[in-house]
Amino acid sequence: MMISGAEIVIRCLQEEKVDCVFGYPGGSVLHIYDALFKQDQIKHVLVRHEQAAVHAADAFSRSSQKVGVALVTSGPGVTNTVTGIATAYMDSIPMVVLTGQVPSFYIGQDAFQECDTVGITRPCVKHNFLVKDVKDLALTIKKAFHIAATGRPGPVVVDIPKDITAQMCEFEYPKSIQMRSYNPVVKGHLGQIKKAVQILKEAKRPIIYAGGGAILSDAADKLTQLAHKLKFPVTNTLMGLGSYPATDKQFVGMLGMHGTFEANNAMHYSDVILAVGARFDDRVIGNPEHFGEEKRRVIHIDIDPSSISKRVKVDVPIVGNVADVIDELLKLIGSDFKTDPDVDNWWKQIDEWRSRDSLRYKQGEHIMPQFVMEKLYEVTRGDAFITSDVGQHQMFAAQYYKFDKPRRWINSGGLGTMGVGLPYGMGVLMANPDAQVACVTGEGSIQMCIQELSTCKQYGFPIKIINLNNGMLGMVRQWQEMFYSKRYSQSYVTSLPDFVKLAEAYGHVGMKIERPEDVEPALRKAFTEHKNDLVFMDFIIDPVANVFPMVAAGKGLTEMILAEDL
Amino acid sequence: MRHIISILIENESGALSRVAGLFSARGYNIETLTVAPTEDPSLSRMTILTWGSDEVLEQITKQLNKLIDVVKVVDLSEAAHVERELMLIKVRATGKDREEMKRMADIFRGRIIDVTESTYVIELTGAGSKLDSFIAALDAGLILETVRTGVCGIGRGDRILKV
Repeated sequence: MMISGAEIVIRCLQEEKVDCVFGYPGGSVLHIYDALFKQDQIKHVLVRHEQAAVHAADAFSRSSQKVGVALVTSGPGVTNTVTGIATAYMDSIPMVVLTGQVPSFYIGQDAFQECDTVGITRPCVKHNFLVKDVKDLALTIKKAFHIAATGRPGPVVVDIPKDITAQMCEFEYPKSIQMRSYNPVVKGHLGQIKKAVQILKEAKRPIIYAGGGAILSDAADKLTQLAHKLKFPVTNTLMGLGSYPATDKQFVGMLGMHGTFEANNAMHYSDVILAVGARFDDRVIGNPEHFGEEKRRVIHIDIDPSSISKRVKVDVPIVGNVADVIDELLKLIGSDFKTDPDVDNWWKQIDEWRSRDSLRYKQGEHIMPQFVMEKLYEVTRGDAFITSDVGQHQMFAAQYYKFDKPRRWINSGGLGTMGVGLPYGMGVLMANPDAQVACVTGEGSIQMCIQELSTCKQYGFPIKIINLNNGMLGMVRQWQEMFYSKRYSQSYVTSLPDFVKLAEAYGHVGMKIERPEDVEPALRKAFTEHKNDLVFMDFIIDPVANVFPMVAAGKGLTEMILAEDL
Repeated sequence: MRHIISILIENESGALSRVAGLFSARGYNIETLTVAPTEDPSLSRMTILTWGSDEVLEQITKQLNKLIDVVKVVDLSEAAHVERELMLIKVRATGKDREEMKRMADIFRGRIIDVTESTYVIELTGAGSKLDSFIAALDAGLILETVRTGVCGIGRGDRILKV
């Protein structure tokens, strides 16, 4: 039977078991929206800005392991998605973005709402396609899902001209797909894995350093098993939080620019690093020359060969899917793994570092942001999905909310995109409808996608917005305080809206919390009495609270500034 | 170090810009780049002459392999290979220079492929250094125009780049 290109798009999504699409209609995608209207298998979430559609699809994926899908129109619809696509690309999130394009016979003529979608998105996608023939449509969408979800995952854009969506064609969805140019490695090289085991046996000051790859490959349980067998300390990157239980005694906290004293020291002074789906980026190891001063052996498991030996020389590269490689490691290690006796001394050293209690803070007259995070953790019993924006509040959430499960910490790690928090909450709730979701944000970030309060009303997303309001672009202010002699150039925000009234204007519940003793009762009220409401909680916090520990840009990992130093 | 990278890539629109974009986005050098379909019209072969340390070259090949359309990548300069570049050079050929130009073309085993009353177009093939020497050997004032294809190369003997 012949069906239209638009119907083919919908049928492909159904074949891929897509149950939810985030989007915004427009001229070039009208046929697709018409086909969407005629079915009820795929739900559509109408956002208020295309950027939010992509962020929501991204969080849908982060919180569920499924491929997120966004649908937007040509021209400005596409350009609005670029931030969202780049955000997903930097964090390797599998996503398919379907974009309308002007009719193929208009392409290149500067038609109304035309832009070079493939050209504009090329540097920030895993791959992209322009569909030129309706006969290629189904195969292209199949390829898009395949590419997005396999190997090192990432966003894929499929640009579909309007005339293609009107043309009629037989529909047949390919069952499987073979591409001669794309065959990602899954299994690690056995010889390399054996070498790794030998090094792990000899390790005297080992550390397991796990990143986002451990979460993306659903390896959290296996990683935990492995760490327990090895009895090695574990640190997580910002993206890896939740891949190892934060309440476990082997966990030494997050490392990097705002990592704990013990994590950064343990990483720096280790003699063996087992890197698992992490990429030694600049926010993690600080100055690479300083990091290189200590002699150590590095075992690096990553699905992307280009992440290996990119910034730090690696002794045993293992290219493969993290979960598969850990499986092999577990098999080879067996039950009789003997941790080197010197590791006990290493633990003593780590405990000494721990005793510095580098996350200590004083709760005074103003509400401290750290205090809000600790209370949020208590009230939600550590079981909420925390979406975050970007800035100080993001670091406070990462440091003080102890993630025991993967896919609970949803934030923009690589690109550092302000404004993701609220749409991320929407995406999480579409994938996990009964979940508790808190969006930790600040008065700066939240205003970057504030229009989505309207979407949240339409679909009844009961997100709890934890707005850590210090009237400042806190992270910018912190750097200006520390490195620019307190010249606070453009880092404070005047004329802030009354967030309580703003929330109410959108039909939500607003709360303003100004005293430390009100923090916990307010949170309890929000998560019980207002369980099913979106609650905008405007916490007026200490305006000069800073994030510590801190490794200043260009400094070495052990050259931390601690709160106690000031 | 100088390297010649050979790439087999799906002959799709936009393939060239993916490769060129990768080099510019990551700050790698492209000295020359040539591309044309192979005997299998669904594949193009691209040759890139680049410079970089071993670490940079390792990243270049890894990043190229990551491109979805790229089927194979080889660093030709890692082993025995031959390389050639083609140049067309238009020179002024009048008076006593006319005979001199002919002689120079002969010495360098070039061919004159276009002749007018006042100009020659000389075709010259060889390694890039040979083309450079030819240019250096001519009186600069007589060179009207040059065009070079950039390096293309192929492995010697059993070194074969094929799907």
